[in-house]
Amino acid sequence: MTDEPLLRVNSLSKFYGSRVGCEDISFDLWPGEVLAVVGESGSGKTTLLNCLSTRLMPTSGTVTYRMRDGAFRDLYRMSEAERRFLMRTDWGFVHQNPADGLRMTVSAGANVGERLMAVGDRHYGNIRATAVDWLSRVEIAEDRIDDEPRAFSGGMRQRLQIARNLVTGPRLVFMDEPTGGLDVSVQARLLDLLRGLVTDLGLAAIVVTHDLAVARLLSQRMMVMKDGRVVETGLTDRVLDDPRAPYTQLLVSSILQV
Amino acid sequence: MNALVENIAQYNFAYLDEQTKRMIRRAILKGIAIPGYQVPFASREMPMPYGWGTGGVQVTASIIGPDDVLKVIDQGADDTTNAVSIRAFFRKVADVAVTTETAKATIIQTRHRIPEYPLAAGQVLVYQVPIPEPLRFLEPRETETRKMHALEEYGLMHVKLYEDIAKHGRIATTYAYPVKVEGRYVMDPSPTPKFDNPKMHMSPALQLFGAGREKRIYAIPPFTEVVSLDFEDHPFEVQSFDQPCALCGAEQVYLDEVILDDHGGHMFVCSDTDHCEKRRENGHTGATAAGSKEAVE
Repeated sequence: MTDEPLLRVNSLSKFYGSRVGCEDISFDLWPGEVLAVVGESGSGKTTLLNCLSTRLMPTSGTVTYRMRDGAFRDLYRMSEAERRFLMRTDWGFVHQNPADGLRMTVSAGANVGERLMAVGDRHYGNIRATAVDWLSRVEIAEDRIDDEPRAFSGGMRQRLQIARNLVTGPRLVFMDEPTGGLDVSVQARLLDLLRGLVTDLGLAAIVVTHDLAVARLLSQRMMVMKDGRVVETGLTDRVLDDPRAPYTQLLVSSILQV
Repeated sequence: MNALVENIAQYNFAYLDEQTKRMIRRAILKGIAIPGYQVPFASREMPMPYGWGTGGVQVTASIIGPDDVLKVIDQGADDTTNAVSIRAFFRKVADVAVTTETAKATIIQTRHRIPEYPLAAGQVLVYQVPIPEPLRFLEPRETETRKMHALEEYGLMHVKLYEDIAKHGRIATTYAYPVKVEGRYVMDPSPTPKFDNPKMHMSPALQLFGAGREKRIYAIPPFTEVVSLDFEDHPFEVQSFDQPCALCGAEQVYLDEVILDDHGGHMFVCSDTDHCEKRRENGHTGATAAGSKEAVE
């Protein structure tokens, strides 16, 4: 594809007063690559994700992103207008709780269409056609397009949130526990869908999860965090099948077998 | 009576003290300099409840002078409680001339209509505004809506219009229809019917908006571009009526439905009472002008 990474993270740290959120994190993310960040609750996964997605100002370190014109830009030196524009065009953010990422009081169609209208699309027919197309891609029936997400099940809400994020053709998607709170059969279908979309669209993604099975299914590379630091990183299959750090060994051996 | 007059004499001209007027005038000037931008101001308690035009009254009180001629309308009518009371208020506290004639007024304070008679240069139209923020019902956080205005993120406004079309097959917003001012700020024209939106565009009169409870002032200077938001395939259009005014026969004006009895009798008449009276004085008549309501039943 290309020999330059999409996102470069250099010794990123976030402190909450004297407490560590995450400390000294560096990695590169390549186009089309899915990186899973795993670890137990409180290990700094979500802090890291928020620092990367400009939702939380890091204490130190840099995050640079390769824009569509090929130039690397430091995210925290961009103007707020540019950052927000980036967030709603080139990026997506899938929240664990769909209510955080959706507008619960407007219809599913408008939820999907909002980003299009935000970037200047002013043709109702086209917006609606795109919304129908995306709803079908995330397996939501066309006749639900005018229903509010409040009338949707948890799994449908999550799929709608994914459609809303992908409609502008982003290159990078952040996901925070995308399958949390869903029962296993719904989870399996959502993972299937996500895997298909990520492959079809060539998306790069950073997926935060505490579920190692989700990480195994979705990601090619994996970062294990503990107490705000990265304890192990490597190809997902290697980390899961041959964990080297003691903490990772503990984590892998803690998976319940049915 | 004497005691009342003596009491009134203790008030400053036009009720507000001069420091307050200066503060409000500064907000007005800033609003004129940035058309469509909502300027916060230190709204005062007025001798009337919020929602009755405290914002409009403060703006009027700050710009009115002894030589001004004031007209006040409420939904187009000069003779409803709100209009009569505010007119009487300024006659008492500023001793200014009042009128019901659009052409003779220098300041027109309005609640939710723009007069049918075209406004001229030198006139000032003061709107009473209940909720100045057009994005309010879509985004409840004021911190967020101010940021959206600052960064010109107006996609959400179209989400509302999209919802209208999805639910009703057309843009069903009929009043407080959002406009874009001078290609920059999206603005709520106060709950005027969208019928009046085209009158705001390139108006020779100065338009001032005061929201007392929400503590915001905004303005459209004369000859400013005011464009109603729409979709390419669902363009903006104003209401149309399939019959003329029952009293004066006027067409292409905004009509009110008046219920005549409890047997379903009703008629449509001009919402602008001054416009209707002027036409009738000039000999125009409508279907019920002769006084027989059978004509419309």
